Amino acid sequence: MQPVRRFFADRFVFLFTATKGLVLVAIALIALTTAFMGTLSGPMQTWGVTGAVVETFGLSLVPAEREGRIILLYHTIAMSVIAIETYLITDSLPMKRREQTQINATITVGYLLTLIFGLWFGYFGRNWAFHGLYLVGLSLIFFAGLQLAVAIWPWRPAYHTADTRRARLGRVDLERVAFFVMAVATLGSAIFGAVAGSFYGNGFETFLAEDVVRDPVKTPLQLAIIGHLHIMLTLIAVALALLVGRWLDFNGLWHKLSMPFFIVGTIIITLGVWSIVPYQPIAHIIIYVGSTIVLLGALFLVIFGFDRLIRQGLEAESTRKATLGRKLRALLRDPLKFGALWQMVFMNFVVSFPGIFMAAKLGDIFRVWPLRQERLVLTGHWHILSGIVATIILLMYADLAGLKGRVRQVFGWSIIVFSDLAFGATFIFIVRRMFVTEYGEGPLVRTMTVLMDVGLGAVLLTLAALMVWRLFDLFGPQGRWRHELTEFTAEEVAL
Amino acid sequence: MKWPNLTALLALVLVACAAPGLASTDVPVYGTGIDATAWAHVPAGDFYQGQHNHAATIETDYELMVTNVTNGQYAGFLNAALAAGEVNLTADAVTGYYPGDPFRAYKHEVEIPAGEWELMPTKDPALRLTFDGTGFSVKPGYENHPATMVSWFGAWAYCTYYDWRLPTDAEWEKAARGTDTRPYPWGDEIAIGHANFVDSRDPFEGRSETTPVGFYNGSTYDGFETYDSASPYGIHDLAGNVWEWTGDVRIGTHHRSLRGGSFANYAYNLRIWTINNAQPQHTSPRVGFRCARDG
Repeated sequence: MQPVRRFFADRFVFLFTATKGLVLVAIALIALTTAFMGTLSGPMQTWGVTGAVVETFGLSLVPAEREGRIILLYHTIAMSVIAIETYLITDSLPMKRREQTQINATITVGYLLTLIFGLWFGYFGRNWAFHGLYLVGLSLIFFAGLQLAVAIWPWRPAYHTADTRRARLGRVDLERVAFFVMAVATLGSAIFGAVAGSFYGNGFETFLAEDVVRDPVKTPLQLAIIGHLHIMLTLIAVALALLVGRWLDFNGLWHKLSMPFFIVGTIIITLGVWSIVPYQPIAHIIIYVGSTIVLLGALFLVIFGFDRLIRQGLEAESTRKATLGRKLRALLRDPLKFGALWQMVFMNFVVSFPGIFMAAKLGDIFRVWPLRQERLVLTGHWHILSGIVATIILLMYADLAGLKGRVRQVFGWSIIVFSDLAFGATFIFIVRRMFVTEYGEGPLVRTMTVLMDVGLGAVLLTLAALMVWRLFDLFGPQGRWRHELTEFTAEEVAL
Repeated sequence: MKWPNLTALLALVLVACAAPGLASTDVPVYGTGIDATAWAHVPAGDFYQGQHNHAATIETDYELMVTNVTNGQYAGFLNAALAAGEVNLTADAVTGYYPGDPFRAYKHEVEIPAGEWELMPTKDPALRLTFDGTGFSVKPGYENHPATMVSWFGAWAYCTYYDWRLPTDAEWEKAARGTDTRPYPWGDEIAIGHANFVDSRDPFEGRSETTPVGFYNGSTYDGFETYDSASPYGIHDLAGNVWEWTGDVRIGTHHRSLRGGSFANYAYNLRIWTINNAQPQHTSPRVGFRCARDG
């Protein structure tokens, strides 16, 4: 083979067959999409950036189609995240190599079709052939999910475990059951959204859920869409928590306690959301119960993880006398692993607890405000959750990519500190009406906006640095990519 | 740059952010040439309603104020209504009687019974009227700015006092859109000079924030060029400047619609079909109103 062809063929094989290559491509595409779409945001319009981008790239931003464009954008980014999680699942759970290859190939083609043609359809003129290809992509992702559910079927004897440190029912690995339940719940919830989406898409009467929250009577399909977006984000978070557990070698008592909570909680939340159409009055209660159970499962993971990080830190420093300060230092020793767990804790302060507060005080506080203000809370709420999910993935990927030493410290702490700065400021920004009036909000708004911009800007620069490093690495014949090409974390199972 | 310097820079930025806005006395004064007492005729007939252009019809002709009710007009109303004993003063508000909404006991429904309701606060710093113990007057420079800090009850009381009414959502929308599917009252695109929205760079930004009614009429003010942004029926400010109360009562919630977007919103909020609403007690420096009458 010609050297040039060999050069590209090798890199292609890495980027589109190796787990770390696939994850790298998906992260890079999300980063590029986010950066590009960021130029269309409100502040960018103010600075004149949007106009230049629209003109340069020939974007078609018809005002009446804004909601549809946003829905397409959400789906393209969400599908890329689901692809990353799928790669990590097929890499870390024992399965046949052939199954891993099929699943990864299917979802890769799926999310790329979704991303490319979804954005093309949405932002570069309405070519309906592209919309069709976007739907083909979504269908392939669904098909990959089916294959994944089959591949991780936990009751297959080959997947039984004799490891007594792990949660088991008989010999069935309950962690694998948790992954399986999550996968099946995701498939069902995708259908839940697809049916409603098809209905509205057919007449092209798109709407954003936050625009109908005050409608006293919602149609079943409106309820289905509201349920769909909530459950999909929840299940993405559940999958990520389970993957963090795999990454940290979650086991022992906390694992045995945690897995039943993840399984039962996921089932209850999912059934709660699915029941929102016929049984809306009680669906929320079911969802609260399920959410609490899942959060407890995640809490056990965090307790295990913090304890393990402290132990490992103390061992590494050969510390015999463990004072509180030394334990804290040990806990903070590895920002990537600490950060993934900390972000789960931090999420409660800016997403879960405020969400519960909002539900409890809806009539007293939030429904008194203008809809646009309530809407800000709703959209901010899940943007923060999505952002936290993204940071945890980045922290995991940085570990997979082999960041070590000072670079690992700088990357990890930059992601934690600056993202939490941004998310904390965003939280204050969206609930500011509880502290300041419209008339007096100027200083608070300006301050929080600066903090958000500084935080998000620093996170994006940190991510960009990682991506640039990996890009340059691809040019070396013996770069990291060469070693990552042949890595496979989980054992292959012969059936 | 060393870390302490970066910290100092960030601290400086935050201190700058925390600086208060400019004093209200710093408001430029422009005459717009638009008659704030004028009415525009809107004929009965079909039009496209909402983002998805649903066919709708208005059965009778009606008229809509060409501009928002101004501070000067609202002060005049309060003084007249006070003298007539039709509104009352409490320690910190003007109140008036409202006959109440039907209550259906929906989930999250808050009852709006008959009784005295706040029309406008009298001690809020955002207020552009002053009360000297005997009458209301307008703070200098704000006479031709839209009356704000008026609750829905206050808007309803104003229109009712003069035997007018608040426009319905449908009437407001047709007046803004005419009979085609345009997203903005003046057409398909929005740019600086079309309307007062966030960072629209008008001479009032960072000062009063609101612009005088009818400001965007094609005139140039000290170098700031505006387009004629009137709707097909010659009605001004239906997009931007201040949200506008309409008369519809949202069944089951009692929220009242707010239309048109304000100076604090990004441009997409100024699209004609944008949904916003608030409880009728809500008062805001970003909310005003105009009246309708049968034509």
